[in-house]
Amino acid sequence: MTDTTATSTERPPVLLQVDDLKKHFPIFGGALNRQVGAVQAVDGVSFEVRRGETLGIVGESGCGKSTTAKLLMHLIEPDAGAISVGGEEVRRGRRGLREMRRRMQMVFQDSYASLNPRLTIEDTIAFGPKVHGVPVKVAKQRARDFLAKVGLDPNSFIRRYPHELSGGQRQRVNIARALALEPDIVILDEAVSALDKSVEAQVLNLLMDLKRDFDLTYLFISHDLNVVHYVSDRVLVMYLGKVVEVGPVEMLYTASQHPYTRALLSAMPAMDPDKRATEPPLAGDPPNPINPPPGCRFHTRCVHAEEVCKLKEPFLTRVAGEGHFSACHMAIEGSGHSQAPQRVAA
Amino acid sequence: MTDTTINDASVDTAQVVVSSRGYWATVARRVRRDPVTLFFGAVVLLIILSAVFAPLLAPADPYKASMILRLKPLGTEGHLLGTDETGRDMLSRLLYGGRLSLFMGIMPVLYALVIGGALGIIAGFVGGATNMAIMRTMDVFYAFPSVLLAIAISGALGAGIGNAVLSLTLVFIPPLARVAESVTTQVRKLDYVEAARASGAGSLTIIRVHVLANVLGSIFIYATSLISVSIILASGLSFLGLGVKPPEPEWGLMLNTLRQAIYVNPTIAALPGVAIFITSLSFNLLSDGLRSAMDVRI
Repeated sequence: MTDTTATSTERPPVLLQVDDLKKHFPIFGGALNRQVGAVQAVDGVSFEVRRGETLGIVGESGCGKSTTAKLLMHLIEPDAGAISVGGEEVRRGRRGLREMRRRMQMVFQDSYASLNPRLTIEDTIAFGPKVHGVPVKVAKQRARDFLAKVGLDPNSFIRRYPHELSGGQRQRVNIARALALEPDIVILDEAVSALDKSVEAQVLNLLMDLKRDFDLTYLFISHDLNVVHYVSDRVLVMYLGKVVEVGPVEMLYTASQHPYTRALLSAMPAMDPDKRATEPPLAGDPPNPINPPPGCRFHTRCVHAEEVCKLKEPFLTRVAGEGHFSACHMAIEGSGHSQAPQRVAA
Repeated sequence: MTDTTINDASVDTAQVVVSSRGYWATVARRVRRDPVTLFFGAVVLLIILSAVFAPLLAPADPYKASMILRLKPLGTEGHLLGTDETGRDMLSRLLYGGRLSLFMGIMPVLYALVIGGALGIIAGFVGGATNMAIMRTMDVFYAFPSVLLAIAISGALGAGIGNAVLSLTLVFIPPLARVAESVTTQVRKLDYVEAARASGAGSLTIIRVHVLANVLGSIFIYATSLISVSIILASGLSFLGLGVKPPEPEWGLMLNTLRQAIYVNPTIAALPGVAIFITSLSFNLLSDGLRSAMDVRI
């Protein structure tokens, strides 16, 4: 915290601070239905998001992106870790959660499943404000206002039902629903992934406009590296429930330090045939998160893996650029990896 | 062209809100187009109305016996549907009997709908240990066949309308709780419930606004189909002397007392059975029609 106050003169304040977030889902089995293991969905994730920035979170399926989002919203209770919004730690219990949920909202991937089929668009959007004690009339007016803000004509949409809307329109409604609570932070969990490319671009541009108009902070979760590149200021890469690399978007895309990030980036389809991937793409699936490999969790698929990677777990270490961190033994000074930077003093 | 521009302008100024058909309006429209469901719905309505207005419709006193007019056939002067073994007017007794039979058919289901539905929704929504506790308790009741269970409870409590309704309610709570639990479990996992929770809504608000509307349909349909079972079971209890006591008119009891007359006048003896048959069939087909009308994926 001392670090943030010192730099706050030039950089915006930290709005969301996540420390050592953990969630292990227990697995029960055997004759007595005892706990036989745990899926380490999110295992010690820490990051911070500053006001007005967009943090992109990328990773393969099952790496814990969505679980992280649900943990942030307290839709799942974290096993350990602290979450602070605007410098205040989110208190457990109803009141703390309610206040947090007003300041932080979420847009889900499945635009259809996230709208109640029996409610009109108006009722859906006005529901959140009503829960927070906004008078019904004001809430309904707010529904109209926000529907207009997301580019849908209130008169023709307010009394309709979700099944009468297209995917893009439904996702706009979901965005309006999230914004109706006037939050500071919006978590976009694969919010555009299910849309057509052309609609996706429209919704992305809408999101960018809304961010500017309402002074929003985004947490943009996606598996689409191109989209993340387009919207994010900083990017966080997750692998098997852990953060492997985090840094400013350009730095991460041009000078990634972690072999996993490099593998992900090289798997990105290139438009130019001359810029085809040269580094071998990743083989196989990620290891089972029930029994993650010891040491570095990526060593089973890493081309640079050495003995130290199997024994010691690398921690996030500052690398070349400002705000660029990587959890790889090759980036840690004196880690014992042959490609690690040497200690200058020795 | 001028016409359209004028129309457009009027639309703009009037701010016409495009409104569309909701779920229940769609269901109602589908029912209206289904003649079978409409017919049996009308029959059910007719039966209910005839029971409610029995005092006005009945041509004679259902309790007034006559030693001379015993077991008269259909179409007897003054007794359209004949008379029973003590000379009471069958039509009047059937009309009055409908009151008790319908009461004992509908009330247990209604009580069970409220209690079982609430238990099932709580179990499904809360999940975990609560679900285990509620649903495993319900499973205990499943160990006994429903008829046997109703007879056992009624027998233990003693004869009487109240006890019969109570025992039937207990019989219907587990299946309704099970249906409510399974649909609630499905709905609870959907994103819109998560989104509502993320809005900061409490469990009760979420159940009221988001769960009930999506769950009640299925529970309600199942309950309607149970009414016919309930009418038959209630008649069965009365037949065995565990429900309504003579001389009250009730279809099941009438079937029992007319049993001895089956060789003398089989048509009269069959009449209460016909009433039970038509009523339960109508309720069943009505609920079937409603089920298919409500099965709209919108």
